[in-house]
Amino acid sequence: MCPSRIRTEQEIHGRRGRPITDQDAHEINRVEELSYDLKIHEVMTKDLHTARPEMSLSDMLEMLRINRISGAPVMEDDKLVGVISIEDIVRAMQRNDLTETVGQYMTRELVTVASYDSIFKAMQTFAESHVGRLPVVNEENKLVGMITKGDITRGVLVALQRDYKEEEVRRYRASHLFEDIISDRTTLVLRYNIKANDFTHGGNASSHIKRALLRLGADPQIARRCGIAVYEAETNLIIHTTHGGILKLEVEPHRITMSTTDDGPGIPDVNQVLQPGYTTATERVREMGFGAGMGLVNIKRCVDSMDLESTVGKGTKLIMRIHVPTDNFNGRKDG
Amino acid sequence: MDKHMNLQQIIDRLNLTVLTDPRNFGEIQPEGGYTSDLLSCVMAGAKNNYLWITLQAHLNIVAIAALLDVAAIIITENAKPDPATIAKANEQGVILLSTSKQTYEIDGKLWEMGIHIQE
Repeated sequence: MCPSRIRTEQEIHGRRGRPITDQDAHEINRVEELSYDLKIHEVMTKDLHTARPEMSLSDMLEMLRINRISGAPVMEDDKLVGVISIEDIVRAMQRNDLTETVGQYMTRELVTVASYDSIFKAMQTFAESHVGRLPVVNEENKLVGMITKGDITRGVLVALQRDYKEEEVRRYRASHLFEDIISDRTTLVLRYNIKANDFTHGGNASSHIKRALLRLGADPQIARRCGIAVYEAETNLIIHTTHGGILKLEVEPHRITMSTTDDGPGIPDVNQVLQPGYTTATERVREMGFGAGMGLVNIKRCVDSMDLESTVGKGTKLIMRIHVPTDNFNGRKDG
Repeated sequence: MDKHMNLQQIIDRLNLTVLTDPRNFGEIQPEGGYTSDLLSCVMAGAKNNYLWITLQAHLNIVAIAALLDVAAIIITENAKPDPATIAKANEQGVILLSTSKQTYEIDGKLWEMGIHIQE
């Protein structure tokens, strides 16, 4: 997986089902992905008009006109023998040859694609063969449809639309959570176990939390503040704890509470760690850009209230709260 | 100066190498920039749709960029992120750009191109 790598079909398949972000639908990326995800049989034309080799070109032209198509597969006793297209007929017209047969002018070098292949395969074949339409065959090499570049474009657009709808539905369902579930006090609790020294997964919990809040209908500004606060808290667990800790998010219609708890080593002087620039991070950690001594300062800036309690040898508990305006989460208006 | 310089123009003018998957960079219009190698400072200072110019090239820059929704990260002095970092950036929709130039030079050129900061 180097910068200019060519991704395998398997690799891209593996990414299917990941939630799409706001921008994804505009990305070449997603279209690229879809070109592997979408199979030819999903986008091809199944409703086939077939021609016979002995048909006259003028009859053929009439058939194309009536059905408003620009080409057709040519069949002889259930066997695919060629493809005839409007371009072939134009060639015949130039020679005043419309009384000739389809068999005379059709393309005989048959390039076909398999129905179970990806549309990427079809696009490749289009590029290589310079034809405008390809017959599609099944496992038994029987004709099951035709595919054009137009079918591919349409298929991709429909799939993108479907992606958008799926995310919208997810958002819609999540954002109604607080309306649909009636209780005296509804709280959604998300827990994440954060491992000490696990820089590889650093920031994962924060990303998930930010996305969850957006799906729940939180204002993007609030989701961002929570994201920053949680990221700093998550990073603290990774850098400074003995055994990692638990990151917890509690969402209520009027308030978001984020907290971290760990079992050590604990902070000797809580006031000191709140000073901007104060850090106990090691050289190694600082080389990575952490340990600026701004983590808790950043948290304080992003949340409405912050509580830090710590006992040396026992552990630390950090609680952060953000008040949510009543119109968020489409929640109860009593705030 | 051109106030609405898009990312494609910036990539062309500064001769930046695109490390992540191709996108329609012409659609992205950075609204400012922030320079620091300290992640917490970036958290505090970089705004939505800013360019972030840094020497850091390790995995954690991706999470920061995704959380802040920065327009792109420009990694200076040829610092090279590893394949896992690039893969994660692609997954999260974060754009990684690379240059052999120093941060100071990139900042200066961006400012000249009209990429200032939001008041």
